[in-house]
Amino acid sequence: MTKKEKLVDLLRQDARLSNEQLAAMLDTSADDVAAMIAELEKSGMIIGYTAIINEEEFDRNSVCAFIEVRVSPEIQCGYDDVAAVIAQYDEVSSVYLMSGGYDLAVTIKGTNLRDVAMFVTDRLAPLGGVLSTTTHFILHRYKEKDKMFLKNTDERSLVSP
Amino acid sequence: MDYENILSRKVQDLQFSGIRKFFDIAASYDDVISLSVGEPDFKTPWAIRKEAIRVLEKGRTNYTANAGLADLRIAINDYINDRLHVSYDPLHEILVTVGGSEAIDLAIRALIDTGDEVLIPQPSFVCYGPIVTLANGTPVAIETSVENGFKLTAEALKAHITPKTKALVLPYPNNPTGAVMRKSDLEAIAEVIRGTDIIVISDEIYSELTYGDEEHCSIVEIDGMKERTVLINGFSKAFSMTGWRLGFAAGPAPIVTQMLKIHQYGIMCSPTMSQYAAVTALKDCKKDIEYMRGEYDMRRRLIVKGFNEMGLDCFEPEGAFYIFPSIRKTGLSSQEFCEQLIEKHRVAVVPGDAFGKCGEGYIRVSYAYSLQHIKTALERIRLFLEDLGVL
Repeated sequence: MTKKEKLVDLLRQDARLSNEQLAAMLDTSADDVAAMIAELEKSGMIIGYTAIINEEEFDRNSVCAFIEVRVSPEIQCGYDDVAAVIAQYDEVSSVYLMSGGYDLAVTIKGTNLRDVAMFVTDRLAPLGGVLSTTTHFILHRYKEKDKMFLKNTDERSLVSP
Repeated sequence: MDYENILSRKVQDLQFSGIRKFFDIAASYDDVISLSVGEPDFKTPWAIRKEAIRVLEKGRTNYTANAGLADLRIAINDYINDRLHVSYDPLHEILVTVGGSEAIDLAIRALIDTGDEVLIPQPSFVCYGPIVTLANGTPVAIETSVENGFKLTAEALKAHITPKTKALVLPYPNNPTGAVMRKSDLEAIAEVIRGTDIIVISDEIYSELTYGDEEHCSIVEIDGMKERTVLINGFSKAFSMTGWRLGFAAGPAPIVTQMLKIHQYGIMCSPTMSQYAAVTALKDCKKDIEYMRGEYDMRRRLIVKGFNEMGLDCFEPEGAFYIFPSIRKTGLSSQEFCEQLIEKHRVAVVPGDAFGKCGEGYIRVSYAYSLQHIKTALERIRLFLEDLGVL
């Protein structure tokens, strides 16, 4: 792994490591780390930093759904236009173009079931190019972005030889 | 019944290890963040687990040969040859044991008669002295210090050799200090040992966790030392296989034959499923070892920097997955430091004196934990030092 790859890997694990801490781990200077990060940001390889929230704990009423969307591609721009329209809604947290039985995978977040249902029926389904939608509600989270929601996954004893 | 009168005096006089005592203290608190474990946080690589499952499915659940599966002993020899460029006769010079610990026990019991002395550099792992005592030998501590990088020096070794000296334990890479003996250090030790009948018991369980550009060097690589050394290693640390209980000893046939005798009566053979899985570990898991070493190395740098910044001077460890910072500036003893740290800020570390008297003034901190865990623990230790008024 190159130093840049190691840096990205560390930021994936924990984006709140300071430049000094990253420098110590990568055996380089904090200035060097700052320069590498600036370069990654400038080139669009790092597009942002965010916290992974345990939504079930943070807001018990929030609802998330995963929606399979079948789309009829347009001649000039394929799926991009429809995807861009869907992506601009605040309720939408991710949009992916998929292989397989449907085209776009959309995750959306609402404050209750009705919110989510209304979003699908009022906004998503009527969009030009959208052929059908299938909505799956997320019931429970186990792991997201490499982090486990399960508590106490370390089965080692507190102190050992 | 009066058990005190019934039980062996020798065993009753033996103390529980300081690590064990501290475990009891730590277990009495909730929400403790521990930096105290001596085992990897990585799961055993999947290829190894898969092989054990396959073997179970095939119903290979019988005893193996006392000395271990022939295939495994051959694979162990290939592994030693690859790493140390030294060869053993797999059938007569290699013995598969229940962890490195059993190999240490066998080597000491095979060598020691009543009153024989065994030299043990300290700070070091807690098992050597008690095993020597149980074999009616006399453990003789050789204190090492931070000034010498916690290495064993030829001078200190010479000063402790007597006509009764039978063996020298060489516990490097070292638990708890993280010290390693480089080739030149080992040559100086070999120079002292070569002219004697002293046998070296080289416990190299952390050999794969050596950091920096120089690779791990074993004393068996030094001229004239293979014939007077029992090399001990195992699968626990390098392959993250602590619970599989598998290690090995390699040494001169006359010594290994006597060790095999004790092993045969006490153990029969090491766990069969673990042995099959270990063949896969040795043959297919070099990349896993390298990945884990890389991760440990980054954490090592992070935690050393963290402690040095907090003013707890930390000798730069080059092996294992521990750091051994000095806590002298706090004015507390190792025990007091650890007890107050866990009581007030719920972080568990092990007092240095658990590893020998000269470990007083130090603590053992393990970095076999995730980055986030290490960062949180460092923050808590910082608060503790602020409370103490030393930061």
